[in-house]
Amino acid sequence: MTIYLDHAATAPINEVAIDAITKAMRNLGNASSVHNHGRAIRKDVEDARHALSELVGASASEVIFTGSGTEANNLAIKGFYWKAIAANPKRKVIVTSAFEHHAILDPIQWLVEHESAEQVLVPINHSGFIDLDFLKDLIANRGSEIALISVMHSNNELGTLQPIAEVVKLAGQIPVHTDAVQSFGKVDFDFAKLDLTAATISAHKVGGPLGIAALILKRGLDLVPILHGGGQEREIRSGTLNAPAIIGFSAAAIYALENRTLNFTKVRKLRDYFISELKKAVPDCTINSISDPALPGIVNVTFPGTENDAMLLLLDSEGISCSAGSACSAGVPRPSHVLVAMGLTEEQADASLRISIGVTNTQSEIDQVISVLPSVIQRARKALDVSRLA
Amino acid sequence: MKLIAAMSGGVDSAVAAARAVDAGHEVIGVHLALSSNPQKYRSGARGCCTIEDSHDARRAADVIGIPFYIWDMAQEFHEGVVENFLAEYAGGRTPNPCLRCNEKIKFAAVLDRAKNLGFDGVITGHYAQMQETELGRMMFRAVDPGKDQSYVLAVLNTDQLAGAHFPLGDTVKDDVRIEAKKRGLYVANKPDSHDICFVPSGDNAGWLRDRLGSETGSIVDESGNKLGEHNGAYTYTIGQRRGLGLTVPASGGEPRYVLKIEPKTNTVVVGNHEALAVNAIVGDRAIWCGPVPESDTKYRGFAQVRAHGSPLACTYSHDGIEISVSLDEPLFGLAAGQGLVIYDGDRVVGSATVSRTE
Repeated sequence: MTIYLDHAATAPINEVAIDAITKAMRNLGNASSVHNHGRAIRKDVEDARHALSELVGASASEVIFTGSGTEANNLAIKGFYWKAIAANPKRKVIVTSAFEHHAILDPIQWLVEHESAEQVLVPINHSGFIDLDFLKDLIANRGSEIALISVMHSNNELGTLQPIAEVVKLAGQIPVHTDAVQSFGKVDFDFAKLDLTAATISAHKVGGPLGIAALILKRGLDLVPILHGGGQEREIRSGTLNAPAIIGFSAAAIYALENRTLNFTKVRKLRDYFISELKKAVPDCTINSISDPALPGIVNVTFPGTENDAMLLLLDSEGISCSAGSACSAGVPRPSHVLVAMGLTEEQADASLRISIGVTNTQSEIDQVISVLPSVIQRARKALDVSRLA
Repeated sequence: MKLIAAMSGGVDSAVAAARAVDAGHEVIGVHLALSSNPQKYRSGARGCCTIEDSHDARRAADVIGIPFYIWDMAQEFHEGVVENFLAEYAGGRTPNPCLRCNEKIKFAAVLDRAKNLGFDGVITGHYAQMQETELGRMMFRAVDPGKDQSYVLAVLNTDQLAGAHFPLGDTVKDDVRIEAKKRGLYVANKPDSHDICFVPSGDNAGWLRDRLGSETGSIVDESGNKLGEHNGAYTYTIGQRRGLGLTVPASGGEPRYVLKIEPKTNTVVVGNHEALAVNAIVGDRAIWCGPVPESDTKYRGFAQVRAHGSPLACTYSHDGIEISVSLDEPLFGLAAGQGLVIYDGDRVVGSATVSRTE
């Protein structure tokens, strides 16, 4: 018996997506070929693109498929930076939030280290939202130097929805990108209504397959590409189109959007139940994810006197999968930069877990987790106490 | 039992973990992040450690079918092993960091954490044998004399040994590789590691010089006559003959060896081979790997002073703090700081750290 509570990492693939992908994989052809095989595939790919664009509030030509959300974010950050400095070498500043995903922070850091970009981080308040006054002052003082503003639509560890409409208003002519991988399919997200310049969405967070994502990029804009080759996606992204994955992405997104309100209500109810039971079971815990507006299913909680890697091991041995928020590829948990950015100490961040609930979870699963948590926390506390004494 | 398998990413620890699973234990794999090694571990913005070894360990755990985690022991390793290594060299002694790592990290920090998380002990791929006897749990040499690692494990006290499991002690290395291949472990042909893990270049002297500086000092003979200069006394080893760079020949033309390193005066003393002879050894920090021998009583046994050194017939005794050894035949070249391990036949009796020789 296992319980999956890590939906922000990846969500279960939907049956409609599996069916669509399976069917598409039997079809032969490269969507870029002009012959009848190619045309048939292209028709399916473009239908999928069209459907997806409507769901995201964009036009079909604004959807640029990539191999991952990370790739789409890299394309946005580097592409806009290179475009900006080519037009005006003084536009070297990239503005982002202090609690972005590493797929935003690391490409910016790379540009800082290798191409003399300057990074400015917008601080986060104790409720988990960006400081708009800081951004306003920054734009007023240094607007002409800013190449790009990139602020996530919702935070992956806290779930808080960021005031993107206000960011766009403040930005004026400065391009604004948002990483919307956690939001798309779960909460209202409309590219055109928000008047964004670019946005990232990803299939596997909405019940689609891994390995397919998209950069939504305003019509008529060119970006300096990262991948050069056949120029399949508006000459901005090259690589043979992954037709089955694109078709699966679209099918999953349609399903997610059709059920969005229902799913939001169901997941939010489970989350609220989990939090109320958690407070009873472990009274001295602190919930870090209490602010609204927020995604429906994220619970970020600090258990004082523990270390999250011990808790993850113990929960895993009970068959419960959740996360410490920010684990690198080597699997060493570091203090979450998200929690530190919102004002927690490293020690508190180290003692925090992210539980992300999805639509497939049930109340009885939540009950089972609650039933083992007190003993897990007790043991994790003992382990830390002893290592401190040693 | 519930056991933590310390998995380095090598073939030995992978097979050890697999054997423990076969024996019916509940096993969880753990790779230790000891990130003081910038060549081996990435030190990026997240301070993560990764690359091939941790991936090899994770892959092995996946093939065996056990959970796998990385434990960040970088701070413990730096404080307990690396700093000690530097301090020992700075004090003119020659430490063995592998002994220290077993004593302070693998069978201390890791074993303690394992126990507090509800585990019964730690499995490693070391080559040594444990046996339950009437007098308690005892450690013996591995059956493969070329791989025997009982020397570097002789720093474990009885409590630590109670939680230590070495499933490979009864097997020769070649058979472990064959078994790894049969089990589908992709590390079957991975070469053994030899160097000090935190000195990736293998250039011990250069690594020490970078950290302890290279202050010029004198090379003198036993009467104190200056024969030459060096730049860092700690880069020399007792018994070292080559690389002294002396231009003044010995009176009899015989080769000269490093006899002594004096850190306070930054002086290296050299002399002839006979002057290296050691007939008696005294070691402090005595640790017993089983029943404690009667104090102030003479026992016959064997002393070993290097990881792959020969066992030397001896008579030994202890006074509760120090172990004193009288060798049957002289040993040539022994430095303070080296591990002194006492054997009774193949059984490990205990160990001490060499403090003085005669």
